Amino acid sequence: MIDIFDILGPVMVGPSSSHTAGAVRIGAMGRTLLGGTPVKARLHLHGSFADTGVGHGTDKALIAGLLGMKPDDLEIPNSFAHAEQQGLEFTFDEVDLKNAHPNTVAMELTASDGHTLSLQACSIGGGRIRVTMLDGVAVSFTGAYNTLIIHNKDDRGSIADVTTTLSRARVNIAYMSLSRSARGGNAIMIIETDEKIPPVVLQFLKEFAGIIHLTYYEKEDE
Amino acid sequence: MDLDSMQRILEQSLADNKPIWQIALEEDMANRMVTREASMEKMRRTWRAMVDSADSYSGERRSLSGLVGGDGERMRLYYANHESIGGSFTAEVMASALAMGENNACMKRIVAAPTAGSCGVMPAVLIPLWRKEGIPEEMMLQALYVTCAIGSVIATRASISGAAGGCQAEVGAASAMAAGALTYLHGGTGEQICHAVAISLKNLLGLVCDPVAGLVEVPCVKRNVIGAMNAIAAADMALAGVESRIPVDEVIDAMGDVGRRLPVEFRETALGGLAATPTGKAVKERMQKNRKRRRTLTIKDMRWKLTTAPARETKE
Repeated sequence: MIDIFDILGPVMVGPSSSHTAGAVRIGAMGRTLLGGTPVKARLHLHGSFADTGVGHGTDKALIAGLLGMKPDDLEIPNSFAHAEQQGLEFTFDEVDLKNAHPNTVAMELTASDGHTLSLQACSIGGGRIRVTMLDGVAVSFTGAYNTLIIHNKDDRGSIADVTTTLSRARVNIAYMSLSRSARGGNAIMIIETDEKIPPVVLQFLKEFAGIIHLTYYEKEDE
Repeated sequence: MDLDSMQRILEQSLADNKPIWQIALEEDMANRMVTREASMEKMRRTWRAMVDSADSYSGERRSLSGLVGGDGERMRLYYANHESIGGSFTAEVMASALAMGENNACMKRIVAAPTAGSCGVMPAVLIPLWRKEGIPEEMMLQALYVTCAIGSVIATRASISGAAGGCQAEVGAASAMAAGALTYLHGGTGEQICHAVAISLKNLLGLVCDPVAGLVEVPCVKRNVIGAMNAIAAADMALAGVESRIPVDEVIDAMGDVGRRLPVEFRETALGGLAATPTGKAVKERMQKNRKRRRTLTIKDMRWKLTTAPARETKE
């Protein structure tokens, strides 16, 4: 079902919903999944992002998102200056990614405590985005829902632990996907929910033995 | 009800004795699980964002490429100092469409309606009319719900993306939405709103998306003007009792069909039309000059493992 405010909206800084607003959202997704403003960012632009990115301000939009700006922030055109003030070093280059959507960026992010995150995401039109790769594992989620990203041991019971906990917290799962690098290796569980997940539930989930790392992305407020 | 047929929306509207805007409002309440007040409040913020954007225009700004800027101001000076051919209201509409298109190209805040590239069409007709006739804000919000119903049907049956359907899907859709809103604001019936949508979309059928250098600048900004003027013409025709001989849903389906059959060169790829003219190509070359050479990203570069297994969706 179409959201009428995707027809009339978003309120955004121009010039392009896919190349500008979507790029801000991808940057913001990277920032959330990293857990704060990165100190270092290597951004690799693919396809139309590389071809027309500068003219559309895609580069400025991505950095704006990494700094926590929203798609309607009038400071987006000045994001490079803000990055300098906030100690974010970044580089851009152009790449060919195999079988990627034309509006794709791959990002390697480093947080102030040194931990890193790699992320590949595409802008799929109207400002909507899709994350396609996370720390080396193929994934698929959009940020249109509250999203729980769980790195877990590929072992029996991990999924049941999580879904049972969510069910008891009265959180409905809208979409769910599972990916893993190899049997018994790293696995990623992506759970998109209708309701927001309360902090106490997130804390509870973190304590399960099979869960290595948990990140929560709360969808943009109305 | 799904907003996927103008005919069905019209039938529902007549059966329940409920205006079209209310059907769209109730659909939003059900879809996003929000109250009537919350939906109206979001629509009010959207409307005010449109008005704020229009009011914040400056003719001094230029786009990143330098191709766009100042024409909205030029048009305003013209109708302030001359008798324009179409009269001052249409001149103001044209100036407003140019100004909003330029706001978008110059990285200012706009409301995608339905897209960023076509964001000038609706405010260009709605804001001057609202000011000229002193229409209450509540009624403007109702008109915006009408445009949402129209846009949802077009997005569902055809497309509102230039990459999928050409400019007819962007400026065409914006023009149809604006025509419906104008017809509503001047007291048109549900049938007349449908005719206005059909007529406006028919007039822009086949319009290609051929942005110079792939940027939302040339010819996008000026196409917002034709979308706005076409909306006025279609609304006036519908209000006069002129009817579209082809029913509105069939027109929308035809737009979708034309869009799917448009060669890829005419769907936002900047490979055909104005983008492929000698001048268009020269602009592209100038924009490309400072680009670094592209390289192929290897696994080593990425510093992360690439897995080949696609993500499996267990529930979609």
